[in-house]
Amino acid sequence: MGDVWRQFRRDKMAVVGMGVLAIIILSLLVGPLVYGVPGDEIDFTQASLGPSWQHWFGTNDLGQDQLARVLWGGRISLAVGVSAIALAIFLGVGIGAVAGFCGGVIDTILMRITDLCLALPQLPLLLLVVYLFRDAIKAVAGPEWGIFYLVIFVIGGLNWMPVARLVRAGFLTVRQMDYVAAARSLGASPMRLIWVHILPNAIGPVIVAATLGVGNAIITESTLSFLGLGFPPDVPTWGRMLYEAKDYLDSAPHMAIFPGTVIFLTVLSINYIGDGLRDAIDPKTR
Amino acid sequence: MNRYLIKRLLISIPTLIAISAVIFTVLALAPGDPLGEFATNPSLTAEVRENIRKSLGLDLPIYIRYFKWVGAFLQGDMGYSFNSRSPVSELIIQRLPATLFVVGSAYIVGVLVAFPLGIVSAIKRYSIIDQITTTLGLIWFSLPTFFTGLLVILLFSVQLKWLPSMYDSTLEVRDWASFGAMVKQCILPVGVLGLYQAARLMRFIRASVLEQLNQEYVRTAYAKGLSGMRVIFRHVLRNALIPVVTLVALDVPGVFTGALVTEQVFRVPGIGALLIDSIYRSDTPVVMGITFIYAILIVLFNLVADILYSLLDPRVEY
Amino acid sequence: MRQGSKSILLLAIVPIISWLSACAPQSPKPPATEQKELRLLYWQAPTILNPHLSNGYKDFEAARITLEPLASFDKNGEMVLFLAAEKPTLENGGLAADATSVTWKLKQGVKWSDGKPFTAADVVFTYEFVTNKDVAANSVGVYENIAKVEAVDDYTVKITFKEPNPAWFLPFTGAEGMILPRHQFEQYQGAKAREAPGNLIPVGTGPYRVVEFKPGDTAVYERNPEFREVANLGFDRLLLKGGGDSTSAARSVLQTGEADYAFNLQIEPQVLQQMQTGGKGKIITSFGPLVERIDINHSDPNHTTPEGERSNVKFPHPFLTDKKVRQALNFAIDRQTIVSQLYGDTGKPTANFLVAPAAYNSPNTSYEFNPQKAAALLDEAGWKDTNNNGIRDKNGVEMKLVFQTSVNPVRQKTQQIIKQSLKTVGIEVELKTIDASIFFSSDPANPDTIARFSADLELYTTGNNSPEPGDYMKTYTCQEIAQKSNNWSGQNFARYCNPTYDALWQKSQTELDPKKREQLFIQMNDMLVKDVEVIPLVNRADAIALNSSIIGLDLTPWDRNTWNIKDWQRQN
Repeated sequence: MGDVWRQFRRDKMAVVGMGVLAIIILSLLVGPLVYGVPGDEIDFTQASLGPSWQHWFGTNDLGQDQLARVLWGGRISLAVGVSAIALAIFLGVGIGAVAGFCGGVIDTILMRITDLCLALPQLPLLLLVVYLFRDAIKAVAGPEWGIFYLVIFVIGGLNWMPVARLVRAGFLTVRQMDYVAAARSLGASPMRLIWVHILPNAIGPVIVAATLGVGNAIITESTLSFLGLGFPPDVPTWGRMLYEAKDYLDSAPHMAIFPGTVIFLTVLSINYIGDGLRDAIDPKTR
Repeated sequence: MNRYLIKRLLISIPTLIAISAVIFTVLALAPGDPLGEFATNPSLTAEVRENIRKSLGLDLPIYIRYFKWVGAFLQGDMGYSFNSRSPVSELIIQRLPATLFVVGSAYIVGVLVAFPLGIVSAIKRYSIIDQITTTLGLIWFSLPTFFTGLLVILLFSVQLKWLPSMYDSTLEVRDWASFGAMVKQCILPVGVLGLYQAARLMRFIRASVLEQLNQEYVRTAYAKGLSGMRVIFRHVLRNALIPVVTLVALDVPGVFTGALVTEQVFRVPGIGALLIDSIYRSDTPVVMGITFIYAILIVLFNLVADILYSLLDPRVEY
Repeated sequence: MRQGSKSILLLAIVPIISWLSACAPQSPKPPATEQKELRLLYWQAPTILNPHLSNGYKDFEAARITLEPLASFDKNGEMVLFLAAEKPTLENGGLAADATSVTWKLKQGVKWSDGKPFTAADVVFTYEFVTNKDVAANSVGVYENIAKVEAVDDYTVKITFKEPNPAWFLPFTGAEGMILPRHQFEQYQGAKAREAPGNLIPVGTGPYRVVEFKPGDTAVYERNPEFREVANLGFDRLLLKGGGDSTSAARSVLQTGEADYAFNLQIEPQVLQQMQTGGKGKIITSFGPLVERIDINHSDPNHTTPEGERSNVKFPHPFLTDKKVRQALNFAIDRQTIVSQLYGDTGKPTANFLVAPAAYNSPNTSYEFNPQKAAALLDEAGWKDTNNNGIRDKNGVEMKLVFQTSVNPVRQKTQQIIKQSLKTVGIEVELKTIDASIFFSSDPANPDTIARFSADLELYTTGNNSPEPGDYMKTYTCQEIAQKSNNWSGQNFARYCNPTYDALWQKSQTELDPKKREQLFIQMNDMLVKDVEVIPLVNRADAIALNSSIIGLDLTPWDRNTWNIKDWQRQN
């Protein structure tokens, strides 16, 4: 672990990415407390104003303060984006690794299940899942956390398949390499073989998938709320803010620029962190 | 290899049966109503609604509906659309040319842009060119296509008035002028979608080339004095292609179902637009038809990918 | 290298497929450049051109270009003749004195676009087609109280009703009365109706005929050479394009000028203003019967019966059944702000449930935005914030409301404005949005539908779809209450029940004197409004975007906008 960190620290861009992400997270946590303007107050006399000292990020068409909304909604967007993708990666790596490592019947079964999941029509499936489980999960976890879990579960559950295919493809090539065969003949356990010898050599595409996935999940979350499946309409997640801004692109571009920029900065910093992490994990570069 | 192929093809049959059953059940259980728009219409009585549902065959139990669907599908009949009352196959065929043309070209553009840029930014890691492509690629990828689509429409159609924002499906290529018009109306949708695909694919290509560059065999090859280009093309690319092939195989069936957002933004009458309209209007036969063809393509292309693995890397065995 | 090239094979599949597709056969079309062309844009694309089998209003718009009813109604509710030669009246003997039958005289010499003559047999056939159970037509409601339709001669049709019918003028008129050509549909009577080619390319008597139709995408029309006034038509060709969304449709007319007409727009005033600076076109509105309203649940959505039913009439709502609380809600909602910020010229604040035709729009009602009064009424009703959490309560019940509607940007903003207003008077609101295809579904199994009403308030739009409001006013009668026992098929979502109201409605169904009926409907409206049984918010207009050079439109709420497309012209 210490090795990984030492290697990671050497990567300048990765450290910068880490810094930017830390700043974003910190402002989401502390920002709403420091910045006293409420984000949900409607005031039509202040509608669609550009950035000013009073409203740093300007206001939207209802006169709500955009910075307060970015800070408030960002907690949800970021939490959803990261957790949903973590779930997708966890499922994808697990299934892909087992299929690729074991091969044979297990591989066939797992990959055909993957085919099935890929083929399912997402939109009707979402409607069905929400219809079947929303009230049940709300009863267990409460209305807010219930929706949060449901959104993560849904986004994670719909995004693991490409990861599984990628990991399996990586395993198929790596597992035949000389050093794996050597480790195997030395009696390494399957877990150790997967974890120490094969996975680090197949992790590159997975990290890319995770990086891009976070950005995607932030947008997907907003798509869910347009279907009435996500958070209530007065929760200003980044994706929703971007969507709401689209009709005002020519009259009030600031409504789009700020949420767009934070999404981009998040994705970019995660990308550099991922890049650095990949190098740090890769046994060959150590 | 042949035995493997036959075995896989045979396994595909039960797989597809299972998939069709699951999709059918999901669609049958998913909430929605083909008569939604008339929900608050006071002159449509409950009996009328019930009668219409019956005429659409929605009064039968799900499993009977499923077996009827399977029976018809095996004879090449995918049923009738609830909304347009025309055969599903006809609707799909009407939409196919525009979908394949626009989404297919976008994918080709994506691949053509992604390959060179991805490889270069891996080899020249942290160079200016790598930083620029990374940043631009991620900007384009972070913004959803509904947004970038609108942006280019505002720029090129509204402000500059260079290109049309609407795809005209009645346009027929007969001469150079109409060919020009065709190209013009394709530029925006193909550009938006192609660059989005490129941004994504580029990241993957870059990552998998990077992964190969550190492998022992590459170092050995360099040590043996082989030239840089030779090593790249002969060794690195071939192995780096495996994840890329995986992704492309996952994406190609998507060319058939189209790109829903881009099609809507530019009014391209593609299968994506048909699918989303049909979902919103609970036009189950159309959704089922499109989704199942997509499922067949998924199974097929994942098989192609598995075969390509062993061609690319002879060490891969099944 | 050899094996590397094999992998390129896969990448080659894509170009091959698309190359093949480029060769796919396409139907030949005449050059369009020199022709006078009208480009109609429908963001909700038509999918079928037989209105009787359609599942949505957008199909009526496209069908109405080529199909005609006997007569229709203009914006004042006055009859306009299409295929009928004269308006049936008591004086000319067309209408029976007891309103049990009506006799229509048809225009002579009218031909279908394929040259076949139009006769009374087509009208009779349309009746038989629509009322055939196996056809399952959506428009059958209007025809249900008819005993028989007969062709007296080639140009005379007599309709006999089962009982005296004050709404005798509805069958075969307006958008639901479009006449189908018998010769094209005869073979497809019954369950085969869906296979009729006329569903996609109908032969009509209207000004333009369909030459090409791709469901959900485009329809191409040309002049109908057999049309009565073919020489006066303004265009050679109509191109109807579908797809996209409301805002981009408006943009195509107002900013890029790629289309001449876009219908059913719902766009916020700020955005529209910005677009209109493009100078290519203008917005035209037509106010009709549509009222955006908040339904108040009179039953308790939080009480579940042993059978699992919520919002059962046996369990009245804990506080919304209190008239003072409902009045307080009404005072707390700022209609003016909602209209000026979200609707602009496309809406008018209203207090009335029934707003059109104008004669039915009650003059006795008014609305007021007054949070102080709202707070006072709540205090009076005993709802006070005893535990200082900012929310009023009484006997341990907190005043919390769940407010649901369909997914739609304007509705979500309306929800937010109302939430804020109610918060200031001490009522907490939880907003809930449901995908429109579910919210408006009649699926009895889904708890999120408008009819199940598992919430306290819900927001949606509806109105009477003909100048005769009987069916619409029926929605608040006791027998229409949506419950599990009737599979939630009733239209009375609010579960309001008042015998006095029911008695008034019954009376209106047999009253033949138009003036007295008018008074009855106004009385019913006033009952609902004064007791705040429903909160009407906005009278919504149908808004269309139109190229500045197009003239001749005459919109009416009682027929589709294309009803007078014969008069549309491009002004040079």
